[in-house]
Amino acid sequence: MTLRLRCHTGIGPRVEGEALVADDDFSARYDLDRLAGTFSRPGHKLAGLSYVDKVLVLNTAKGGVASAWMLREMAARGLAPKAILFNAANTILAQGAAFAGMALCDRFEDGDITRLIATGNRVIVDPPAGLVTVLERPAPC
Amino acid sequence: MKLNDEEQAMLAGDMGEPRRWAMQHMVEVGGMFDAGDFVPVSQAHMMADTESLGEAGVAFLEGLAAHPRAERRVRVPMLTDPRGVDLSYYRPLGQTEEMAELERRTIAACTALGILMTDSCVTYQTIMPPVQGEHVAYGDTGVVIYCNSVLGARSNFEGGPSAMAAGLTGRTPRYGLHLDRHRRATRRFAVAERPEGLTDWGVLGGLIGRLCGSYWEVPVLEGIEGAPTSDEMKHFGAAMASFGSTPLFHIVGVTPEAPDLEAVCDGPPPEPVEIGREDLEGLRGNFGASGDEVDVVVFAAPQLSHVEMARVADLLDGRHVHERTALVVCTSPTVAADCERLGIVGRIEAAGAVVLRGTCFYNQYAREIGEANGWTRLLSNSVKIVNILGGYGYRPALAGMEDCVTAAVTGRVP
Repeated sequence: MTLRLRCHTGIGPRVEGEALVADDDFSARYDLDRLAGTFSRPGHKLAGLSYVDKVLVLNTAKGGVASAWMLREMAARGLAPKAILFNAANTILAQGAAFAGMALCDRFEDGDITRLIATGNRVIVDPPAGLVTVLERPAPC
Repeated sequence: MKLNDEEQAMLAGDMGEPRRWAMQHMVEVGGMFDAGDFVPVSQAHMMADTESLGEAGVAFLEGLAAHPRAERRVRVPMLTDPRGVDLSYYRPLGQTEEMAELERRTIAACTALGILMTDSCVTYQTIMPPVQGEHVAYGDTGVVIYCNSVLGARSNFEGGPSAMAAGLTGRTPRYGLHLDRHRRATRRFAVAERPEGLTDWGVLGGLIGRLCGSYWEVPVLEGIEGAPTSDEMKHFGAAMASFGSTPLFHIVGVTPEAPDLEAVCDGPPPEPVEIGREDLEGLRGNFGASGDEVDVVVFAAPQLSHVEMARVADLLDGRHVHERTALVVCTSPTVAADCERLGIVGRIEAAGAVVLRGTCFYNQYAREIGEANGWTRLLSNSVKIVNILGGYGYRPALAGMEDCVTAAVTGRVP
């Protein structure tokens, strides 16, 4: 059974991947060990976990402008997420996704995206269509 | 998006590949934020430290720089944010020749593109502050929030690629902070106690940034009597942008768009949230370290002004940095040159501190230099930098400038 989640038209290509979800925010500069491909900020809810090839699902972007360059460098070294989904992106992550050719979507019609998708779900992210499809629905709470 | 004839020509490649790329990039970004057209900008400011750029980013800039001069030069004055390596002082920090070479390549590419290498995150204090209503395309969140809020200019947070695109074309998509409707207050805070000193201003900024938590929230503050100083606003804004993703604030009676509360509100103002001493202590408590040995004391983020440099020199006069502790001071090349002429740099260095020119500690391979020097316990008066560096393997702590200098001299946090 699939779940179709409508969002604003996003950036980047259609991709499929496994979700990594947290009710937390995101900055490539503040939160990541980009050489190891893991979340490194001790207080982050995904601390210690690998983000490589995941569909990251987080609340919003925070902090500085560096992420706009970093996403492309991360992709070039093969240590990048496949896509990022936010409740609300900021300008930097949108610009960085455009520069990196990475899928990014935000502003979901059905509410908090960090509650609509669970870690481990297979999802298809289709930014031009403004659509995210969850192939396996999260278990009921 | 509606494009005029010149914009269509750039997008079609009639004015060269760099401007074609720039237009394509901005059309894609503008589409995500429903921009209807472009707005001309008078300046661009690009964050392009090599730690962020990496090989991929440097190669991209070199690719732009390889085009004919008429196609590659920026069309409006374009400045740079702090660099990743101070080429006059990198080996002692443990930075490598590979890092330095990446830096040299970046400088060569930016210079070929016609960019003014100001290497500063305090351009509004040192180079050319924008005026109220001026549309600009600035990188560095601290520069953007100060210029939007304190000066009334109009800029989104522009990452390096988008700032580059704005410089090449002289325009940016008209969305976000370029529009009146995104500059209206959405959150209201009543401040019970005026902050004292740079660090307390940073703590207040960090707390409000954390409470706002989104690029699209605009806080308005009440209860601040009298104008803060430029350095106080600098630390306040930089921390707010760092803890949240906040590009604009208003202070009633202080900032230019908020002569009174009604001026920044559409309809009834939001309900006020009270900010008291205990709220500020709550944030500060995350960065306490009293009595701990300290490995490195950092004054940076944002780069120091002339006034801050003079204050550091005054506090160090007649004292010397402890043998097991480092004291690093980051400032802009402009401020450094003036402070060398004024003897301020000499006084700081005579006390055993290091003055870095054109860099900022957190964007100069902080993880690698920490590992190279065995630095983990870091102390700073910058709320922004202690927020950032936890993810870089440090145990950051916060103290005022006077206590930071005392810690550097004694080797322990007071």
